[in-house]
Amino acid sequence: MEKVKLFGTWSSPFVKRIVWALNLKNIEHEVIYEDLANKSPELLKYNPIHKKVPVLVHNEISICESLVILQYIDETWKNTCPLLPKDPLDRAKERFWARFGDEEVLPSFFGYVMKKGKDQEEAKETTLAHLKRIEQLLSEKKFLSGESFGFLDIAFGWLAEYSHPLEVVAGLKLLDEDSFPNLCAWKDRFLEIPAIKESWPDQETLIAKFQESKDGSGK
Amino acid sequence: MADSDVILLDLWISVFGARVRIALAEKGVKYEYREEKLDDKSPLLLEMNPVHKKIPVLIHHGKPVCESNIIVQYIDETWHANSPPLLPSDPYLRAQARFWADFVDKKIYEGAKKIWTTKGEEQEAAKKEFMDVLKVLEGQLGEKPYLVGESFGFADIAMIPFCIWFYTLNKIGNMNIEKECPKLAAWVKRCMERESVTKSLPDAHKFYELVLEMQKKKGQ
Repeated sequence: MEKVKLFGTWSSPFVKRIVWALNLKNIEHEVIYEDLANKSPELLKYNPIHKKVPVLVHNEISICESLVILQYIDETWKNTCPLLPKDPLDRAKERFWARFGDEEVLPSFFGYVMKKGKDQEEAKETTLAHLKRIEQLLSEKKFLSGESFGFLDIAFGWLAEYSHPLEVVAGLKLLDEDSFPNLCAWKDRFLEIPAIKESWPDQETLIAKFQESKDGSGK
Repeated sequence: MADSDVILLDLWISVFGARVRIALAEKGVKYEYREEKLDDKSPLLLEMNPVHKKIPVLIHHGKPVCESNIIVQYIDETWHANSPPLLPSDPYLRAQARFWADFVDKKIYEGAKKIWTTKGEEQEAAKKEFMDVLKVLEGQLGEKPYLVGESFGFADIAMIPFCIWFYTLNKIGNMNIEKECPKLAAWVKRCMERESVTKSLPDAHKFYELVLEMQKKKGQ
């Protein structure tokens, strides 16, 4: 019997993508919720280098870094719901955009929400420029991975699930239907996927959490 | 396969470009090398990498692949029939290889740059931080010949080009990386026994001269 444990927090977008992948592939797993201000000895044992979540522990071996974990899950449980495409060029494209999402889009979106005043205005412009690129990726495509959802949709899933609470905290709608019709349609499609829908976090609690981070940041 | 089917837009001095050159050499892939100028980027580069406008870019059958670690994986998957494999076949070891390549990306480049772009206390802090990172790699190597197991691969390719920076760091930072990290030094020697590596790496002294020039321009 495979033993799969996921160390994470309930609100981390990086953890969420692993939950989705495990659900999509019907992999039985246990989630261990961490208090990041007080990390468990187990977490530190399984991720001594970065000491972060998510960490996947599969039969006592640990895998860290969410995009690495996603590929590990895809390659280990390869017979159900493949996430990455087979063609090397398509795989390279998805890896490229997933990395772009993590290094540029996500930090700028979250950064924009958490900032105030002039900093917020500047962050808004960067975020909008990034979102335009993703909007373009979705022209003539139902999902970021093509006709059906895959790795890249999971990598950008945070945009579908977190954009509303983040916009409430920012006090501004970034993902509006006039400017981003493809992204909005994709968002609705993504959230309807059963494995995604079943782990939909409580929006009010998320809003409260992000608001707390913003107030606490003192910027 | 004809040479023009595979084009590499690159900069010889680039450590990221070196990763791709090593991978192509390991697989015995013939390609056309094109040297770019950073202050005068070719229309082809701007067309093939509109998002970052950076090298390296591998163009295969007219289609671009960007980001060095992603290109190396693409090379491994496309020329999978050519040995050696650059990533292991076991999913866990593959995850390890990707983790360490990602670690190098996150920690080495910026960490090293800080050493030659700062002075005084800031530089001392940067030196300490960088040595801590190298010690992590030293720990990962342990008694192994390579970063992830018994064969040269993806994680080694990600890190080995940075070894040409050690000369610069030692000189400018007044450090002795090889003495403090003997396992890493031995690993560098081991990797340098491979023709793919020695033929692909830029000259360490030339890199040092470039950094001195950069420092002069910035009035350091």
